[in-house]
Amino acid sequence: MKEQDYDSHFSVPYLLILPSMIILTLFLYWPTIQSVILSLYRTAPFGSRRIYSGFDNYINLFTDPVYRASLVRSAVFVLITIFGGLAVSLVLSVLVNQKLKGIKIYRTIFFIPYAISPTVAGSLWVFLLNPVAGHINYFLDLLFNVQVPWLTNGFFAFIAIIIATIWKNMGFNIIFFLAGLQSIPDSVYESARIDGANAFQIFRKITVPLLSPTTFYLIIMNIIFTIFQSFGIVDIMTQGGPADATNIVIYKLYRDMFVNFRPGLAAAQSVILLILVLIVTFFHFKYGSRGVHYQ
Amino acid sequence: MRKSRKDLINKIFTHLLLMAISFVVLMPILLAISVSFQPRNQIFSYPPSLIPNRFYFGNYINAWNLVNMDRLLLNSLLASGIVMIGKLALGVLSGYAFSHFEFKYKKTLFFAILFTLMLPMQVRVVPLFEFVSNLGLANTYSGLVLPFLASATTTFLMRQHFLTIPKSLMESAQLDGCGPFRFLFQILIPLSGPTLAGLATVNFLVMWNAYLWPLIILNSDEMKVAQQGVKMLFTSASERDWGLIMAGTIMVVIPTLVVFLLAQKFFVKGIATQGLKE
Repeated sequence: MKEQDYDSHFSVPYLLILPSMIILTLFLYWPTIQSVILSLYRTAPFGSRRIYSGFDNYINLFTDPVYRASLVRSAVFVLITIFGGLAVSLVLSVLVNQKLKGIKIYRTIFFIPYAISPTVAGSLWVFLLNPVAGHINYFLDLLFNVQVPWLTNGFFAFIAIIIATIWKNMGFNIIFFLAGLQSIPDSVYESARIDGANAFQIFRKITVPLLSPTTFYLIIMNIIFTIFQSFGIVDIMTQGGPADATNIVIYKLYRDMFVNFRPGLAAAQSVILLILVLIVTFFHFKYGSRGVHYQ
Repeated sequence: MRKSRKDLINKIFTHLLLMAISFVVLMPILLAISVSFQPRNQIFSYPPSLIPNRFYFGNYINAWNLVNMDRLLLNSLLASGIVMIGKLALGVLSGYAFSHFEFKYKKTLFFAILFTLMLPMQVRVVPLFEFVSNLGLANTYSGLVLPFLASATTTFLMRQHFLTIPKSLMESAQLDGCGPFRFLFQILIPLSGPTLAGLATVNFLVMWNAYLWPLIILNSDEMKVAQQGVKMLFTSASERDWGLIMAGTIMVVIPTLVVFLLAQKFFVKGIATQGLKE
């Protein structure tokens, strides 16, 4: 038998990568490059002819109050969703990070919304929040005697998509917070307890700081998800309305392409999102390991 | 004695608290199930009821017929199955290249694959739509699944997993004259059950839950997928027929829940090691 060395099969690794590379090049890299190119063109009215227009699309976007409002709205949406979502998730994670019979069942329940699609999440919440047959307004009426116009008032529609997004993404945060919590050694808690710290002090002075690497990672991931994953929720719940109140960047992009048929303008919005992702990723790598606690 | 009693009370209290929270978290699903079994007059009665008076299946039958649910579910099942298998196959191959071989441009190629994590659908959707349409694949299964077939995450996680398998195994396989492909199929893959299961679950659900791309590339009713069915329920049901809409929504979410509950352990593991999602 001839002895084989895999390094002598010099073409094998390239063959192994080839199928993945073909798909990624054709369907990920190529269209992304095309987005950049397309963003420099505008389409002639009534025709398929494309005319080079330099940075016009970008100038139009940034001078358009609708797009600027959409950017600001998206930033507020992301901030509130992340802050609210991480706070809720952290509390729930601490609760299910206990040695208790049946704790796994509770964990499973908390993960379930994460497996559900944005469209289904949107549909479930539209029902819950509807003013006629929905249960939330019934209970709000019963308890506080208020009727909230959830999806017909701009402010409340905005809150509604935030609630649905937090509910849907909670599971992801809990998975990571739990992993983070379980890596904190029991001895740290024990010595704190011996020193007479109460549960709240332990949470504030030990749990929160020791979880900071996880929290940082989750903030980065949540920025990206909240921007990109909210499309289905918005499309089912509000279609960007009422009066643009929930018209976040991702929804405006879709509408400019597939409703208003302005590919150049939509491509420019894609490029802006791409730059945003690159900036966020850059921060992730640059500051990912700073200001964090290690044992 | 006193301490154990205090412990017991603590435990009961914690259980009650967790049960209450679980109920709140599941409330959107539980109420949707409840409403889906209620006839119209019960849904619109005041106060709204939490439990159906009797099990009424009319909403399910009407929702099924209204949006051709059989076709939507079949399309989603096919697309998700193909994507799941395709991503695993391609990811196993490329992961193996990066875990067990040394070659020129290895680092560059690995980076090129991982970099695609930064290219979500929305940053390339306009040209992608034009490209797939120009290939003549608009409104086809191929057009639907092709952009999802390769993934950086699957490649990365397969590589990570293969790296945990001792090098000595490969050396002795080489000595026995076992070629690189036989080594992959007869030794590495059989040792990768849980990792493959985890990635299969996540990849299946990613495609099952995908909405934007199907919405854009599919336009005939017989090609549409289940997530589009949810939107169709809202647009084609007569003025807010909540029983029907919730029944349809429940049908779309059942496969998600079944896959999630069956493979929960693997799913959580798959997510916990996953960065960006498509």
